[in-house]
Amino acid sequence: MQSDPMTLTLFAPLFGAILAFLFPRAARALGLVAVLVTGGAVVWLARAVLAEGAVTLALGGWAPPLGISLRADGLSVAMLAMTAAVGLLVSLGALDALRDARQTRYFWPLWLLLLTGMNGVYLSTDIFNLYVMIEVIALAAVGLTVLSGTRAALRAGLEYMYASILGALLFLMGVGFVYLQLGRLDFAGLITAEPSGALSAALALMVVGLALKTALFPLHFWLPAAHANATAPASALLSGLVVKAALYIFLRLTTYMPLPDEVLVTLIGTLGAGAVIWGGIQALRAERLKLLVAWSTVVQIGLIFIAFARAGQVGLTESWKAAALLILAHGVAKAAMFLAAGRIKDEVGHDTIRELDKSAIRPTLAQFTFALAAISLIGLPPSLGFIGKWSLMEGAMAAGYWHWVGVTMIGTLLSVAYFSRVLAGFLRFDRVRAPLGEHQGWALADVAPLTLAVSAIGLGLLAAPILSFIELGYPFGAMP
Amino acid sequence: MIDLSTALNTAVRSDVPLLPLFILLTSLLAAPVLFALPERAARLRTGLNLGVAAMKVALVAWLGIKVSQGVIYDVSFAMLPGLEFKLQADPLAILFISLSAILWLITTVYSVGYLERGPHRARFFGFFSLCVAATVGIAMAGNLFTFLIFYELLTLATYPLVIHRGSAEALRAGRIYLIYTLAGGLVLLLGTLGLWVLAGNTDFTPGGVLDAVVAENRAAAQLLFVVLVGALGVKAALVPLHAWLPIAMVAPAPVSALLHAVAVVKAGAFGIMRVVYEVFGIDTAQALGLTAPLAALAAVTILYGSLRAITQDDIKKRLAYSTVSQVSYITLGVALASPVAAVGALAHLIHQGLMKITMFMAAGNLAEGMGVKRVSQMDGIGRAMPGTMLAFSAAALAMIGLPPLAGFVSKWYLAQGGLDAGAAWVVALLLGSSLLNAVYFLPMLYRAWFRDGSETCATPARPRIGWWLAAPPITTALMVLVVGGFANAPFSPLEWTRFVVAIEYLQE
Amino acid sequence: MTPDIIYGVTGIAVFAIGLVGALCAQDRLRRVLALKLASVGAGFVLVVAAWRAPPAAPDPVPHALVITGIVVMVSATAVALALIRRLQSLEAEDAE
Repeated sequence: MQSDPMTLTLFAPLFGAILAFLFPRAARALGLVAVLVTGGAVVWLARAVLAEGAVTLALGGWAPPLGISLRADGLSVAMLAMTAAVGLLVSLGALDALRDARQTRYFWPLWLLLLTGMNGVYLSTDIFNLYVMIEVIALAAVGLTVLSGTRAALRAGLEYMYASILGALLFLMGVGFVYLQLGRLDFAGLITAEPSGALSAALALMVVGLALKTALFPLHFWLPAAHANATAPASALLSGLVVKAALYIFLRLTTYMPLPDEVLVTLIGTLGAGAVIWGGIQALRAERLKLLVAWSTVVQIGLIFIAFARAGQVGLTESWKAAALLILAHGVAKAAMFLAAGRIKDEVGHDTIRELDKSAIRPTLAQFTFALAAISLIGLPPSLGFIGKWSLMEGAMAAGYWHWVGVTMIGTLLSVAYFSRVLAGFLRFDRVRAPLGEHQGWALADVAPLTLAVSAIGLGLLAAPILSFIELGYPFGAMP
Repeated sequence: MIDLSTALNTAVRSDVPLLPLFILLTSLLAAPVLFALPERAARLRTGLNLGVAAMKVALVAWLGIKVSQGVIYDVSFAMLPGLEFKLQADPLAILFISLSAILWLITTVYSVGYLERGPHRARFFGFFSLCVAATVGIAMAGNLFTFLIFYELLTLATYPLVIHRGSAEALRAGRIYLIYTLAGGLVLLLGTLGLWVLAGNTDFTPGGVLDAVVAENRAAAQLLFVVLVGALGVKAALVPLHAWLPIAMVAPAPVSALLHAVAVVKAGAFGIMRVVYEVFGIDTAQALGLTAPLAALAAVTILYGSLRAITQDDIKKRLAYSTVSQVSYITLGVALASPVAAVGALAHLIHQGLMKITMFMAAGNLAEGMGVKRVSQMDGIGRAMPGTMLAFSAAALAMIGLPPLAGFVSKWYLAQGGLDAGAAWVVALLLGSSLLNAVYFLPMLYRAWFRDGSETCATPARPRIGWWLAAPPITTALMVLVVGGFANAPFSPLEWTRFVVAIEYLQE
Repeated sequence: MTPDIIYGVTGIAVFAIGLVGALCAQDRLRRVLALKLASVGAGFVLVVAAWRAPPAAPDPVPHALVITGIVVMVSATAVALALIRRLQSLEAEDAE
């Protein structure tokens, strides 16, 4: 094995997963070490990308189109870094949240396998590799969904499994079409290919598959139950990270194989708008806290697709940045929110929204974390979510696409409405029958979600460096 | 007299360039500490609160002196390509920030007394501190983008204060407050984006940044003005966007005092000022034909607020409607597009703050000391709580515009400005409004001083409220007398106001 | 009709049948089988991509891809079946 940060980001979690499975007693320690090593490798890689722009590595010395090569540019390193950082904090949160021996035993191998798959996605340079990686992610993610072992979780996990396999098969079908047409599957081949009907069909198949995997309205049916019924750390990983892999592939593919028609861009944006409105309405109606948070994921994914479509076909060269900012913002904030929701549920004993204000136990810090994450998800300044929303609306406005501005504003109002259902309950006390203590529910377990939530707010101030970082090594035309 | 020529012509770099940032951070960093302090650590919390508030007053004074010597402060970094987070300490910022620093100190003292044994003090003072940080940010924002950030922070920080009591009624009021202010914030976001897309620059510069846009696309500039003023008008409680203000009265007295005197309502009025003077520029705004409708809207608000105040029996509601009316004097002064009126508007920003905070703290004292919450219960209360009622009376008379009190000074300049701008109706409006002020304030004073109350109002053996509650309104009432009586002294608000107006009107 | 077109059309048809089954079937096991069918269809298409008019040798790369695809699908099926079994035993408990 070459000593290289890219291979390290793949093999550290992979070996960690195997070892954690073989030695369940040491799973926690092994898991944390593996995540830390992965994080270190990402930092190493980031330095390389900062110094030289995009970095490419042909595995085993075989260059594409025959061999597999890995490539890291600003966007992929940003995704890797987000995954590693969020993953590390969720891992720390999981130390406390998972007390059941069986859950701990399976959590770490599954999560490390998931990390391997996601890192693989962010470093892949050919679409068949991507197919394999999304399958790895799917298997690990389904495992995490059913970790709690409840009937609801199993049913949701199975539903997720069907959707996930179907999405992957659609993607595979698209891969087949591409090979039929071009005889090669690497990105460089896609970029240089002449547009044709068959390639468009392939792209359509792959995009539908990815939409299913990332839960774009109306293919989101599996997501709310799956994310709401998993254990809190698993939900945080599923909502914060897993759906991002498919989104990332979508961004890459549509950059290499431009959508052939303006109508398609509008269609994708329209589906995003559907997600924002339908998801918002469902979040307003949700009775349980975690279900509300899960619906907010559907909304945010819709928003990311609107960001993609914000300025139509000609705007795509810039729009991906707005989408990327929203992806990063959602990853951090949603992980924080799910962990906080899990903490609230643990402390209060239930997560029925209407009953939260009756509880004499107030996990203050977890509630505060939830509120901070909500600020970023609503898109209030100076959070990263705000910057993402700003970029979205700025591009839409400059291009004169006022309908996207309007949808975003409606979505913002809806998100204020459904989050304030929860937040108002945190501050309400007249329904409590028992005496209140002070600062209840402080625990070390609050540190990880709070750190995530504060980052979600604070990263907004660093948006300019983040933006210039994700542009490193871009555009892809420069690739050999 | 502040030496205008030096201040305007020499741009001296400061030896402490980050001073504005320090001022912002004093309250911003105090907030998490205050949140984390345990409920029972009351002394420590009080000490920290007062220490930070006093430090802020000192820092602001230092900043003010430096700025008057012509030192330029400008702290900025890029948040997005071309879009900066920018703090600046121009004279207009100093005016507002001084008000906020001084009144924060006084309100802190009052809050400590008011919430002495109440629940959730850690939370209260944490958000209180954030609220002041937001006000400071609003004052020093160097562009509309930064202004927007703090404008939203202000909404978020005040919401928990408004619903502090945690009752169903408070939550209902809080919801209405949140709907209005967040919707306003969203529209402001839209306006800021519009400005950015149109002009490629959101900086606050005397004279404005929209000249090129106006020449090219007059309608877009007009629409932008409507959007921005509409967004800011929510917090400034311009009719018909004022409905949240009387409802938000359910908040604890110190919160109401702060909301009305310096934080929320003023943020809106201050924002309108920035938009008219430094985004559009007064000449541009006038050329676009936008100042006259704004003045008309302000006039309607002034009359409407006063008329509604007359019929309110709840003291705080009456004061709230009075705020609706009084804050629009500021908008009126801005919209008249005359330097003299502008002096009145800016002076009123300060004067109204001092007067209104006095009245709200006094009203809080009446409720705390005697349980008096309605005008009809005020009979004979002057004898029961003489200090509080004296302060209240001074502020009320100043509001009506009795010379030489603070309110008179601002109304005088506004009227002069109206004549200067060729709008003689302003004089009639001000006279009418003063009459209405008298109609709703004088009966309160009459009841308090000249009517016999029930037995409970007999002179008490011991004070009904502690010094922490009694001293703040008396202090601010004295300030009302001083700023009115010594309006022309150096460093008085009025004098500083002239300095500001000179910059806004003389930039060519 | 060359063999590649026959195979290709068959592959797409099989994929479509699987797709419809996966979306419409109610029974859990039927849905797994439908997904298997769809994967066979996708495999067909890849195999067609390897076809070269004789005497040229077939392209080996798609074959490798199909084998990988089969392995992935086998593991996915195993997971799905394990989930179904677990659910069935839990539901049997509920019924008792």
